[in-house]
Amino acid sequence: MELTSSLGLIAPEILLSVAGLFLLLVAAWAGDRASSAISIAACVVLGAAFFLVAPSVCAGAAGLETVAFGGQFRADAFAGFAKLMIYAAAGAALVVAPAFFTRYAAMRAEYPVLVLFGTLGMSIMVSATDLLTLYIGLEMQSLAAYVLAAFLRPDQRSAEAGLKYFVLGALASGILLFGASLLYGFTGTTQFELMRVAMAGPISTGTLFGIVFVLAGLAFKISAVPFHMWTPDVYEGAPTPVTQFFATAPKVAAIALTARVALDAFGTHADAWRQVVIFAALASIVVGALGAIGQTNIKRLLAYSSINNVGFILIGLAAATPQGASAMLVYLVIYVAMSVGSFVAVLMLRDEDGAPVERLADLAGLSRTKPALAFCLAAMMFSLAGIPPLFGFWGKFVVFQAAVQADLVALAAIGIAASVIGAFYYIKVVKVMYFDEAVNVVRDRSDWAHWALLIISTALMSPLGYLLTGPLSVLADRAAASLFFLV
Amino acid sequence: MIGIEHYIVVSSILFVLGVLGIFLNRKNVIVILMAIELILLSVNINFVAFSAFLNDLVGQVFAMLVLTVAAGEAAIGLAILVIYYRSRGTIAVDDANRMKG
Repeated sequence: MELTSSLGLIAPEILLSVAGLFLLLVAAWAGDRASSAISIAACVVLGAAFFLVAPSVCAGAAGLETVAFGGQFRADAFAGFAKLMIYAAAGAALVVAPAFFTRYAAMRAEYPVLVLFGTLGMSIMVSATDLLTLYIGLEMQSLAAYVLAAFLRPDQRSAEAGLKYFVLGALASGILLFGASLLYGFTGTTQFELMRVAMAGPISTGTLFGIVFVLAGLAFKISAVPFHMWTPDVYEGAPTPVTQFFATAPKVAAIALTARVALDAFGTHADAWRQVVIFAALASIVVGALGAIGQTNIKRLLAYSSINNVGFILIGLAAATPQGASAMLVYLVIYVAMSVGSFVAVLMLRDEDGAPVERLADLAGLSRTKPALAFCLAAMMFSLAGIPPLFGFWGKFVVFQAAVQADLVALAAIGIAASVIGAFYYIKVVKVMYFDEAVNVVRDRSDWAHWALLIISTALMSPLGYLLTGPLSVLADRAAASLFFLV
Repeated sequence: MIGIEHYIVVSSILFVLGVLGIFLNRKNVIVILMAIELILLSVNINFVAFSAFLNDLVGQVFAMLVLTVAAGEAAIGLAILVIYYRSRGTIAVDDANRMKG
Protein backbone atom coordinates (compact mmCIF):
# COMPACT_ATOMS: atom_id res chain seq x y z
CA MET A 1 0.00 0.00 0.00
CA GLU A 2 2.69 2.41 1.06
CA LEU A 3 4.79 1.36 -1.92
CA THR A 4 1.93 1.94 -4.36
CA SER A 5 1.26 5.45 -3.12
CA SER A 6 4.99 6.19 -3.07
CA LEU A 7 5.37 5.06 -6.65
CA GLY A 8 2.43 7.24 -7.60
CA LEU A 9 4.10 10.26 -6.02
CA ILE A 10 7.35 9.78 -7.92
CA ALA A 11 5.59 9.26 -11.27
CA PRO A 12 7.37 12.22 -12.96
CA GLU A 13 10.77 10.89 -11.87
CA ILE A 14 9.94 7.38 -13.04
CA LEU A 15 8.86 8.79 -16.38
CA LEU A 16 12.09 10.78 -16.73
CA SER A 17 14.37 7.90 -15.77
CA VAL A 18 12.67 5.28 -17.95
CA ALA A 19 12.50 7.66 -20.90
CA GLY A 20 16.13 8.68 -20.36
CA LEU A 21 17.32 5.06 -20.35
CA PHE A 22 15.22 4.23 -23.38
CA LEU A 23 16.50 7.23 -25.33
CA LEU A 24 20.05 6.31 -24.33
CA LEU A 25 19.52 2.92 -25.95
CA VAL A 26 18.12 4.58 -29.06
CA ALA A 27 21.13 6.91 -29.11
CA ALA A 28 23.51 3.96 -28.84
CA TRP A 29 21.74 2.10 -31.61
CA ALA A 30 20.92 4.78 -34.13
CA GLY A 31 23.88 7.08 -33.48
CA ASP A 32 23.99 10.80 -34.12
CA ARG A 33 21.59 10.57 -37.06
CA ALA A 34 18.78 10.22 -34.53
CA SER A 35 19.80 13.25 -32.49
CA SER A 36 16.96 15.48 -33.68
CA ALA A 37 14.37 12.76 -33.15
CA ILE A 38 15.74 12.13 -29.65
CA SER A 39 15.64 15.85 -28.90
CA ILE A 40 11.99 15.99 -29.89
CA ALA A 41 11.22 12.89 -27.84
CA ALA A 42 13.00 14.37 -24.82
CA CYS A 43 10.96 17.56 -25.18
CA VAL A 44 7.77 15.49 -25.27
CA VAL A 45 8.86 13.59 -22.14
CA LEU A 46 9.58 16.85 -20.32
CA GLY A 47 6.16 18.15 -21.38
CA ALA A 48 4.49 15.00 -20.08
CA ALA A 49 6.36 15.28 -16.78
CA PHE A 50 5.27 18.94 -16.61
CA PHE A 51 1.62 17.93 -16.85
CA LEU A 52 2.10 15.13 -14.30
CA VAL A 53 3.41 17.66 -11.78
CA ALA A 54 1.02 20.51 -12.54
CA PRO A 55 -2.01 19.19 -10.55
CA SER A 56 -0.03 19.01 -7.28
CA VAL A 57 0.99 22.65 -7.70
CA CYS A 58 -2.52 23.86 -8.49
CA ALA A 59 -4.00 21.89 -5.59
CA GLY A 60 -1.31 23.15 -3.22
CA ALA A 61 -0.42 19.60 -2.18
CA ALA A 62 0.91 19.51 1.37
CA GLY A 63 0.92 17.31 4.42
CA LEU A 64 1.44 13.63 5.02
CA GLU A 65 -0.07 12.34 1.77
CA THR A 66 2.81 13.92 -0.15
CA VAL A 67 5.44 11.92 1.74
CA ALA A 68 6.91 8.96 -0.14
CA PHE A 69 9.20 6.08 0.92
CA GLY A 70 8.94 6.66 4.65
CA GLY A 71 10.09 10.28 4.62
CA GLN A 72 12.82 10.08 1.99
CA PHE A 73 10.98 12.11 -0.57
CA ARG A 74 8.18 14.67 -0.60
CA ALA A 75 6.13 15.56 -3.66
CA ASP A 76 4.49 18.68 -2.24
CA ALA A 77 3.48 21.92 -3.94
CA PHE A 78 6.85 23.51 -3.23
CA ALA A 79 8.71 20.73 -5.02
CA GLY A 80 6.10 20.80 -7.79
CA PHE A 81 6.50 24.53 -8.30
CA ALA A 82 10.27 24.16 -8.66
CA LYS A 83 9.85 21.14 -10.95
CA LEU A 84 7.62 23.06 -13.34
CA MET A 85 10.34 25.70 -13.70
CA ILE A 86 13.05 23.05 -14.11
CA TYR A 87 11.17 21.13 -16.81
CA ALA A 88 10.37 24.32 -18.72
CA ALA A 89 13.99 25.53 -18.54
CA ALA A 90 15.34 22.12 -19.60
CA GLY A 91 12.93 22.09 -22.54
CA ALA A 92 14.19 25.52 -23.60
CA ALA A 93 17.78 24.26 -23.43
CA LEU A 94 16.84 21.36 -25.74
CA VAL A 95 15.09 23.57 -28.27
CA VAL A 96 18.04 25.91 -28.85
CA ALA A 97 20.74 23.23 -28.92
CA PRO A 98 20.58 21.73 -32.47
CA ALA A 99 21.14 25.03 -34.27
CA PHE A 100 24.20 25.75 -32.15
CA PHE A 101 25.87 22.35 -32.23
CA THR A 102 25.19 21.62 -35.90
CA ARG A 103 27.62 24.36 -36.89
CA TYR A 104 30.45 22.45 -35.20
CA ALA A 105 29.11 19.10 -36.42
CA ALA A 106 28.86 18.29 -32.73
CA MET A 107 25.13 17.68 -32.29
CA ARG A 108 25.34 14.32 -30.65
CA ALA A 109 22.49 12.09 -29.62
CA GLU A 110 23.73 12.06 -26.02
CA TYR A 111 22.94 15.73 -25.44
CA PRO A 112 19.16 15.36 -24.89
CA VAL A 113 19.76 12.21 -22.84
CA LEU A 114 22.19 14.02 -20.55
CA VAL A 115 19.76 16.90 -20.16
CA LEU A 116 17.04 14.40 -19.22
CA PHE A 117 19.23 12.71 -16.59
CA GLY A 118 20.30 16.08 -15.22
CA THR A 119 16.65 17.08 -14.99
CA LEU A 120 15.87 13.85 -13.18
CA GLY A 121 18.58 14.65 -10.64
CA MET A 122 17.18 18.14 -10.12
CA SER A 123 13.71 16.69 -9.73
CA ILE A 124 14.98 14.44 -6.96
CA MET A 125 16.86 17.33 -5.35
CA VAL A 126 13.83 19.56 -4.95
CA SER A 127 11.78 16.73 -3.44
CA ALA A 128 14.52 15.44 -1.15
CA THR A 129 13.67 15.32 2.55
CA ASP A 130 16.57 13.13 3.59
CA LEU A 131 20.32 13.65 3.29
CA LEU A 132 20.57 10.44 1.26
CA THR A 133 18.03 11.55 -1.33
CA LEU A 134 19.61 14.99 -1.37
CA TYR A 135 23.02 13.54 -2.16
CA ILE A 136 21.74 11.23 -4.89
CA GLY A 137 19.84 14.02 -6.62
CA LEU A 138 22.69 16.48 -6.33
CA GLU A 139 25.25 14.05 -7.75
CA MET A 140 22.99 12.95 -10.57
CA GLN A 141 22.52 16.57 -11.58
CA SER A 142 26.20 17.44 -11.18
CA LEU A 143 27.60 14.45 -13.07
CA ALA A 144 25.36 15.18 -16.05
CA ALA A 145 26.32 18.86 -15.84
CA TYR A 146 30.09 18.19 -15.84
CA VAL A 147 29.78 16.24 -19.06
CA LEU A 148 27.53 18.87 -20.64
CA ALA A 149 30.03 21.64 -19.86
CA ALA A 150 32.75 19.76 -21.76
CA PHE A 151 30.37 18.79 -24.54
CA LEU A 152 31.81 20.91 -27.37
CA ARG A 153 34.96 18.85 -27.86
CA PRO A 154 36.57 20.86 -30.69
CA ASP A 155 36.57 23.96 -28.45
CA GLN A 156 39.45 24.15 -25.97
CA ARG A 157 37.48 26.49 -23.72
CA SER A 158 34.71 23.92 -23.37
CA ALA A 159 37.10 21.23 -22.13
CA GLU A 160 38.62 23.69 -19.69
CA ALA A 161 35.17 24.71 -18.46
CA GLY A 162 34.29 21.05 -17.93
CA LEU A 163 37.49 20.46 -15.98
CA LYS A 164 37.07 23.50 -13.76
CA TYR A 165 33.42 22.73 -13.14
CA PHE A 166 34.25 19.14 -12.27
CA VAL A 167 37.03 19.95 -9.80
CA LEU A 168 35.15 22.69 -7.98
CA GLY A 169 31.82 20.85 -8.14
CA ALA A 170 33.37 17.71 -6.67
CA LEU A 171 34.97 19.80 -3.93
CA ALA A 172 31.55 21.32 -3.18
CA SER A 173 29.98 17.86 -3.00
CA GLY A 174 32.75 16.79 -0.64
CA ILE A 175 32.20 19.77 1.65
CA LEU A 176 28.46 19.15 1.64
CA LEU A 177 28.97 15.47 2.42
CA PHE A 178 31.32 16.23 5.28
CA GLY A 179 28.64 18.50 6.72
CA ALA A 180 26.06 15.78 6.17
CA SER A 181 28.19 13.25 8.05
CA LEU A 182 28.57 15.64 10.98
CA LEU A 183 24.82 16.30 11.03
CA TYR A 184 24.17 12.57 10.98
CA GLY A 185 26.57 12.01 13.84
CA PHE A 186 25.31 14.77 16.06
CA THR A 187 21.58 14.44 15.44
CA GLY A 188 21.50 10.67 14.90
CA THR A 189 19.32 10.83 11.79
CA THR A 190 19.45 11.79 8.13
CA GLN A 191 15.76 12.71 7.76
CA PHE A 192 15.03 16.42 7.74
CA GLU A 193 11.91 16.05 9.89
CA LEU A 194 13.64 14.06 12.62
CA MET A 195 16.71 16.26 12.39
CA ARG A 196 14.55 19.26 13.06
CA VAL A 197 13.21 17.62 16.21
CA ALA A 198 16.67 16.44 17.30
CA MET A 199 18.09 19.93 16.89
CA ALA A 200 15.54 21.64 19.13
CA GLY A 201 17.14 23.26 22.15
CA PRO A 202 20.68 24.56 22.43
CA ILE A 203 22.80 23.82 19.40
CA SER A 204 25.98 21.74 19.70
CA THR A 205 29.26 22.74 18.05
CA GLY A 206 29.23 19.66 15.82
CA THR A 207 25.74 20.44 14.54
CA LEU A 208 26.74 24.03 13.91
CA PHE A 209 29.75 22.88 11.88
CA GLY A 210 27.47 20.53 9.98
CA ILE A 211 25.04 23.34 9.16
CA VAL A 212 27.84 25.62 7.95
CA PHE A 213 29.46 22.90 5.82
CA VAL A 214 26.17 21.89 4.22
CA LEU A 215 25.29 25.51 3.48
CA ALA A 216 28.77 26.11 2.04
CA GLY A 217 28.39 23.11 -0.27
CA LEU A 218 24.99 24.34 -1.41
CA ALA A 219 26.31 27.89 -1.88
CA PHE A 220 28.80 26.42 -4.38
CA LYS A 221 25.94 24.91 -6.36
CA ILE A 222 23.92 28.12 -6.47
CA SER A 223 27.14 30.10 -7.14
CA ALA A 224 26.68 32.44 -4.18
CA VAL A 225 29.69 34.51 -3.08
CA PRO A 226 32.22 33.48 -1.63
CA PHE A 227 31.86 30.24 -3.61
CA HIS A 228 31.20 31.82 -6.99
CA MET A 229 34.65 31.74 -8.61
CA TRP A 230 33.83 28.90 -10.99
CA THR A 231 30.77 30.62 -12.45
CA PRO A 232 32.26 33.13 -14.95
CA ASP A 233 34.74 30.61 -16.37
CA VAL A 234 32.22 27.81 -16.72
CA TYR A 235 29.55 30.07 -18.18
CA GLU A 236 32.01 31.48 -20.71
CA GLY A 237 33.59 28.18 -21.69
CA ALA A 238 30.54 25.94 -21.85
CA PRO A 239 28.59 25.87 -25.14
CA THR A 240 25.93 28.60 -25.01
CA PRO A 241 22.86 26.30 -24.89
CA VAL A 242 24.50 24.50 -21.97
CA THR A 243 25.23 27.83 -20.30
CA GLN A 244 21.59 28.70 -20.67
CA PHE A 245 20.72 25.39 -19.04
CA PHE A 246 23.18 25.99 -16.16
CA ALA A 247 21.87 29.48 -15.53
CA THR A 248 18.29 28.29 -15.20
CA ALA A 249 17.37 24.71 -14.24
CA PRO A 250 20.18 23.63 -11.85
CA LYS A 251 20.03 27.00 -10.18
CA VAL A 252 16.30 26.62 -9.47
CA ALA A 253 16.90 23.12 -8.13
CA ALA A 254 19.81 24.11 -5.90
CA ILE A 255 17.98 27.14 -4.51
CA ALA A 256 14.83 25.13 -3.81
CA LEU A 257 16.98 22.51 -2.11
CA THR A 258 18.77 25.13 -0.04
CA ALA A 259 15.41 26.56 1.01
CA ARG A 260 14.12 23.17 2.04
CA VAL A 261 17.24 22.28 3.99
CA ALA A 262 17.39 25.66 5.71
CA LEU A 263 13.70 26.04 6.52
CA ASP A 264 12.84 22.40 7.14
CA ALA A 265 15.88 20.61 8.58
CA PHE A 266 17.47 23.64 10.25
CA GLY A 267 14.14 25.40 10.79
CA THR A 268 14.44 25.59 14.57
CA HIS A 269 17.78 27.36 14.33
CA ALA A 270 17.02 30.10 11.85
CA ASP A 271 19.28 32.46 13.80
CA ALA A 272 22.24 30.14 13.29
CA TRP A 273 22.06 29.99 9.49
CA ARG A 274 20.49 33.38 8.88
CA GLN A 275 23.80 35.22 9.38
CA VAL A 276 25.44 32.97 6.80
CA VAL A 277 22.64 33.51 4.29
CA ILE A 278 22.57 37.28 4.85
CA PHE A 279 26.32 37.49 4.31
CA ALA A 280 26.13 35.37 1.16
CA ALA A 281 23.21 37.45 -0.15
CA LEU A 282 24.91 40.82 0.34
CA ALA A 283 28.28 39.60 -0.92
CA SER A 284 26.66 38.04 -4.02
CA ILE A 285 24.77 41.22 -4.86
CA VAL A 286 27.85 43.43 -4.47
CA VAL A 287 30.38 41.10 -6.15
CA GLY A 288 27.94 40.32 -8.95
CA ALA A 289 27.37 44.01 -9.61
CA LEU A 290 31.02 45.11 -9.38
CA GLY A 291 32.48 42.08 -11.17
CA ALA A 292 30.28 42.55 -14.21
CA ILE A 293 31.40 46.13 -14.86
CA GLY A 294 34.74 45.32 -16.50
CA GLN A 295 33.54 42.36 -18.58
CA THR A 296 33.88 42.38 -22.36
CA ASN A 297 32.33 38.96 -23.00
CA ILE A 298 28.55 38.89 -22.86
CA LYS A 299 28.40 35.35 -21.44
CA ARG A 300 30.75 36.34 -18.62
CA LEU A 301 28.63 39.41 -18.01
CA LEU A 302 25.52 37.26 -17.73
CA ALA A 303 27.40 34.96 -15.33
CA TYR A 304 28.02 37.87 -12.98
CA SER A 305 24.42 38.90 -13.48
CA SER A 306 23.30 35.47 -12.31
CA ILE A 307 25.53 35.74 -9.21
CA ASN A 308 23.89 39.10 -8.55
CA ASN A 309 20.40 37.62 -8.93
CA VAL A 310 21.16 34.74 -6.57
CA GLY A 311 21.92 37.39 -3.95
CA PHE A 312 18.42 38.84 -4.31
CA ILE A 313 16.87 35.38 -4.10
CA LEU A 314 18.82 34.67 -0.91
CA ILE A 315 17.33 37.82 0.64
CA GLY A 316 13.96 36.07 0.38
CA LEU A 317 15.44 33.02 2.10
CA ALA A 318 17.04 35.12 4.85
CA ALA A 319 13.56 36.30 5.86
CA ALA A 320 12.84 32.66 6.91
CA THR A 321 9.09 33.26 6.67
CA PRO A 322 6.40 31.87 4.33
CA GLN A 323 6.27 35.31 2.67
CA GLY A 324 10.02 35.16 2.10
CA ALA A 325 9.83 31.68 0.56
CA SER A 326 6.95 32.75 -1.65
CA ALA A 327 8.83 35.89 -2.76
CA MET A 328 11.84 33.71 -3.53
CA LEU A 329 9.74 31.48 -5.80
CA VAL A 330 8.22 34.46 -7.61
CA TYR A 331 11.69 35.90 -8.15
CA LEU A 332 12.89 32.52 -9.44
CA VAL A 333 10.13 32.35 -12.05
CA ILE A 334 11.00 35.83 -13.29
CA TYR A 335 14.73 35.07 -13.16
CA VAL A 336 14.32 31.90 -15.23
CA ALA A 337 12.29 33.75 -17.88
CA MET A 338 14.84 36.58 -18.01
CA SER A 339 17.79 34.21 -18.23
CA VAL A 340 16.23 32.11 -20.97
CA GLY A 341 15.42 35.29 -22.87
CA SER A 342 18.88 36.80 -22.57
CA PHE A 343 20.72 33.60 -23.47
CA VAL A 344 18.44 32.95 -26.44
CA ALA A 345 19.21 36.50 -27.60
CA VAL A 346 22.94 35.77 -27.18
CA LEU A 347 22.52 32.55 -29.17
CA MET A 348 20.94 34.56 -31.96
CA LEU A 349 24.02 36.77 -32.26
CA ARG A 350 25.92 35.19 -35.12
CA ASP A 351 28.34 36.65 -37.62
CA GLU A 352 28.46 36.12 -41.39
CA ASP A 353 29.88 32.59 -41.11
CA GLY A 354 27.34 31.66 -38.47
CA ALA A 355 29.97 31.71 -35.71
CA PRO A 356 28.66 32.91 -32.34
CA VAL A 357 29.36 36.54 -31.43
CA GLU A 358 30.26 36.91 -27.76
CA ARG A 359 32.22 40.15 -27.54
CA LEU A 360 30.27 43.05 -26.18
CA ALA A 361 32.00 45.44 -28.60
CA ASP A 362 30.60 43.49 -31.56
CA LEU A 363 27.09 44.40 -30.47
CA ALA A 364 27.72 48.07 -31.26
CA GLY A 365 24.92 49.62 -33.26
CA LEU A 366 22.82 46.46 -33.19
CA SER A 367 19.69 48.61 -33.02
CA ARG A 368 20.27 49.80 -36.63
CA THR A 369 21.08 46.41 -38.16
CA LYS A 370 18.80 44.14 -36.13
CA PRO A 371 16.18 46.36 -34.47
CA ALA A 372 13.89 43.57 -33.25
CA LEU A 373 16.69 41.55 -31.65
CA ALA A 374 18.23 44.66 -30.10
CA PHE A 375 14.85 45.67 -28.71
CA CYS A 376 14.29 42.26 -27.08
CA LEU A 377 17.80 42.17 -25.62
CA ALA A 378 17.38 45.71 -24.32
CA ALA A 379 14.08 44.74 -22.68
CA MET A 380 15.85 41.80 -20.98
CA MET A 381 18.65 44.05 -19.74
CA PHE A 382 16.25 46.67 -18.34
CA SER A 383 14.23 43.89 -16.73
CA LEU A 384 17.34 42.33 -15.15
CA ALA A 385 18.23 45.77 -13.83
CA GLY A 386 14.78 45.99 -12.25
CA ILE A 387 13.58 49.12 -14.00
CA PRO A 388 9.91 49.55 -12.95
CA PRO A 389 7.63 49.16 -15.97
CA LEU A 390 9.21 45.79 -16.72
CA PHE A 391 8.41 42.59 -14.86
CA GLY A 392 11.90 42.17 -13.40
CA PHE A 393 11.01 44.95 -10.99
CA TRP A 394 8.20 42.89 -9.46
CA GLY A 395 10.59 40.12 -8.38
CA LYS A 396 12.85 42.55 -6.58
CA PHE A 397 9.84 44.29 -5.07
CA VAL A 398 8.34 41.15 -3.47
CA VAL A 399 11.73 40.02 -2.17
CA PHE A 400 12.45 43.37 -0.51
CA GLN A 401 8.91 43.49 0.84
CA ALA A 402 9.37 40.10 2.49
CA ALA A 403 12.71 41.22 3.95
CA VAL A 404 11.19 44.38 5.41
CA GLN A 405 8.28 42.41 6.90
CA ALA A 406 10.80 40.11 8.57
CA ASP A 407 12.52 43.14 10.17
CA LEU A 408 15.53 42.95 7.88
CA VAL A 409 15.28 46.61 6.87
CA ALA A 410 19.04 47.16 6.69
CA LEU A 411 19.47 44.14 4.42
CA ALA A 412 16.75 45.40 2.10
CA ALA A 413 18.25 48.91 2.03
CA ILE A 414 21.73 47.68 1.12
CA GLY A 415 20.22 45.36 -1.48
CA ILE A 416 18.36 48.24 -3.13
CA ALA A 417 21.50 50.40 -3.13
CA ALA A 418 23.54 47.60 -4.72
CA SER A 419 20.90 46.96 -7.38
CA VAL A 420 21.45 50.57 -8.49
CA ILE A 421 25.16 49.76 -9.01
CA GLY A 422 24.07 46.66 -10.91
CA ALA A 423 21.91 48.72 -13.23
CA PHE A 424 25.09 50.34 -14.58
CA TYR A 425 26.36 47.39 -16.58
CA TYR A 426 22.96 46.31 -17.84
CA ILE A 427 22.42 49.80 -19.19
CA LYS A 428 25.93 49.74 -20.63
CA VAL A 429 24.84 46.88 -22.89
CA VAL A 430 21.85 48.91 -24.02
CA LYS A 431 24.10 51.92 -24.64
CA VAL A 432 26.48 49.86 -26.79
CA MET A 433 23.59 48.52 -28.85
CA TYR A 434 21.76 51.80 -29.31
CA PHE A 435 24.28 54.64 -29.26
CA ASP A 436 27.62 53.25 -30.48
CA GLU A 437 28.89 53.36 -34.06
CA ALA A 438 27.51 50.33 -35.90
CA VAL A 439 30.12 47.63 -36.57
CA ASN A 440 27.69 45.40 -38.41
CA VAL A 441 29.14 42.10 -37.25
CA VAL A 442 25.91 40.36 -36.36
CA ARG A 443 24.08 38.68 -39.21
CA ASP A 444 21.10 37.00 -37.68
CA ARG A 445 19.87 33.81 -39.33
CA SER A 446 17.88 32.31 -36.52
CA ASP A 447 15.04 29.89 -36.93
CA TRP A 448 11.51 30.32 -35.64
CA ALA A 449 12.17 28.37 -32.41
CA HIS A 450 14.66 30.98 -31.21
CA TRP A 451 12.33 33.80 -32.14
CA ALA A 452 9.41 32.09 -30.42
CA LEU A 453 11.36 31.64 -27.16
CA LEU A 454 12.67 35.19 -27.34
CA ILE A 455 9.25 36.69 -28.02
CA ILE A 456 7.59 34.67 -25.24
CA SER A 457 10.17 35.74 -22.69
CA THR A 458 10.11 39.36 -23.85
CA ALA A 459 6.32 39.37 -23.57
CA LEU A 460 6.58 37.94 -20.05
CA MET A 461 9.07 40.62 -19.07
CA SER A 462 7.06 43.44 -20.66
CA PRO A 463 4.43 45.22 -18.52
CA LEU A 464 2.03 42.51 -19.77
CA GLY A 465 3.74 40.23 -17.26
CA TYR A 466 1.96 42.04 -14.45
CA LEU A 467 -1.23 40.29 -15.51
CA LEU A 468 0.38 37.16 -14.08
CA THR A 469 1.10 38.56 -10.63
CA GLY A 470 -2.24 37.36 -9.23
CA PRO A 471 -2.07 33.65 -10.17
CA LEU A 472 1.70 33.58 -9.68
CA SER A 473 1.53 34.81 -6.11
CA VAL A 474 -1.38 32.48 -5.28
CA LEU A 475 0.60 29.46 -6.51
CA ALA A 476 3.82 30.63 -4.85
CA ASP A 477 2.00 31.22 -1.55
CA ARG A 478 0.54 27.72 -1.63
CA ALA A 479 3.95 26.25 -2.48
CA ALA A 480 5.60 28.17 0.36
CA ALA A 481 2.84 27.11 2.75
CA SER A 482 3.48 23.44 1.94
CA LEU A 483 7.11 23.97 2.93
CA PHE A 484 6.01 25.25 6.34
CA PHE A 485 3.33 22.65 7.06
CA LEU A 486 5.40 21.23 9.90
CA VAL A 487 5.43 24.45 11.86
CA MET B 1 40.29 3.15 24.39
CA ILE B 2 39.59 4.70 21.00
CA GLY B 3 36.47 6.86 21.18
CA ILE B 4 34.36 8.59 18.58
CA GLU B 5 36.37 11.80 18.91
CA HIS B 6 39.51 10.07 17.61
CA TYR B 7 37.69 9.07 14.46
CA ILE B 8 36.41 12.61 13.97
CA VAL B 9 39.93 14.00 14.40
CA VAL B 10 41.37 11.58 11.85
CA SER B 11 38.63 12.23 9.33
CA SER B 12 38.92 16.00 9.82
CA ILE B 13 42.68 15.82 9.19
CA LEU B 14 42.09 13.80 6.02
CA PHE B 15 39.42 16.24 4.90
CA VAL B 16 41.68 19.25 5.40
CA LEU B 17 44.50 17.44 3.58
CA GLY B 18 42.17 16.81 0.67
CA VAL B 19 41.05 20.43 0.48
CA LEU B 20 44.66 21.65 0.70
CA GLY B 21 45.60 19.14 -1.99
CA ILE B 22 43.14 20.82 -4.35
CA PHE B 23 44.22 24.37 -3.61
CA LEU B 24 47.97 24.09 -3.04
CA ASN B 25 48.72 21.75 -5.90
CA ARG B 26 49.93 23.65 -8.99
CA LYS B 27 51.29 20.72 -10.97
CA ASN B 28 48.92 18.02 -12.02
CA VAL B 29 45.18 17.54 -12.32
CA ILE B 30 45.48 13.84 -11.43
CA VAL B 31 46.61 14.91 -7.96
CA ILE B 32 43.38 16.91 -7.66
CA LEU B 33 41.37 13.77 -8.47
CA MET B 34 43.25 11.96 -5.72
CA ALA B 35 42.54 14.81 -3.30
CA ILE B 36 38.83 14.56 -4.10
CA GLU B 37 38.92 10.84 -3.34
CA LEU B 38 40.63 11.65 -0.05
CA ILE B 39 37.82 14.02 0.89
CA LEU B 40 35.15 11.43 0.11
CA LEU B 41 37.00 8.74 2.08
CA SER B 42 37.30 11.03 5.10
CA VAL B 43 33.54 11.46 4.92
CA ASN B 44 33.17 7.68 4.83
CA ILE B 45 35.25 7.28 7.97
CA ASN B 46 32.91 9.72 9.65
CA PHE B 47 29.80 7.90 8.49
CA VAL B 48 30.99 4.46 9.53
CA ALA B 49 32.29 5.68 12.88
CA PHE B 50 29.06 7.50 13.67
CA SER B 51 27.07 4.50 12.49
CA ALA B 52 28.87 2.25 14.96
CA PHE B 53 28.69 4.86 17.68
CA LEU B 54 24.93 5.45 17.25
CA ASN B 55 24.15 1.78 16.62
CA ASP B 56 22.30 2.84 13.49
CA LEU B 57 22.66 1.31 10.02
CA VAL B 58 21.87 4.41 7.96
CA GLY B 59 25.44 5.66 8.22
CA GLN B 60 26.82 2.48 6.66
CA VAL B 61 24.25 2.61 3.87
CA PHE B 62 25.30 6.18 3.24
CA ALA B 63 28.96 5.14 3.16
CA MET B 64 28.26 2.47 0.52
CA LEU B 65 26.39 5.05 -1.51
CA VAL B 66 29.26 7.52 -1.28
CA LEU B 67 31.69 4.83 -2.46
CA THR B 68 29.52 4.11 -5.49
CA VAL B 69 29.07 7.74 -6.42
CA ALA B 70 32.80 8.37 -5.90
CA ALA B 71 33.54 5.70 -8.49
CA GLY B 72 31.18 7.37 -10.98
CA GLU B 73 32.66 10.75 -10.23
CA ALA B 74 36.21 9.50 -10.80
CA ALA B 75 35.15 7.95 -14.11
CA ILE B 76 33.63 11.20 -15.34
CA GLY B 77 36.56 13.24 -14.05
CA LEU B 78 39.06 11.10 -15.91
CA ALA B 79 36.94 11.22 -19.07
CA ILE B 80 36.90 15.02 -18.97
CA LEU B 81 40.62 14.99 -18.30
CA VAL B 82 41.20 12.88 -21.42
CA ILE B 83 39.21 15.35 -23.53
CA TYR B 84 41.19 18.19 -22.03
CA TYR B 85 44.53 16.48 -22.66
CA ARG B 86 43.62 15.74 -26.28
CA SER B 87 42.87 19.37 -27.06
CA ARG B 88 45.66 20.97 -25.02
CA GLY B 89 48.42 18.38 -24.76
CA THR B 90 49.00 19.10 -21.08
CA ILE B 91 47.31 18.48 -17.74
CA ALA B 92 49.24 21.03 -15.69
CA VAL B 93 46.96 23.07 -13.44
CA ASP B 94 48.67 26.37 -14.26
CA ASP B 95 47.97 25.94 -17.96
CA ALA B 96 44.19 25.94 -17.47
CA ASN B 97 44.01 29.66 -18.19
CA ARG B 98 42.17 30.08 -21.50
CA MET B 99 39.61 32.20 -19.68
CA LYS B 100 40.42 35.03 -17.30
CA GLY B 101 38.70 38.00 -15.78
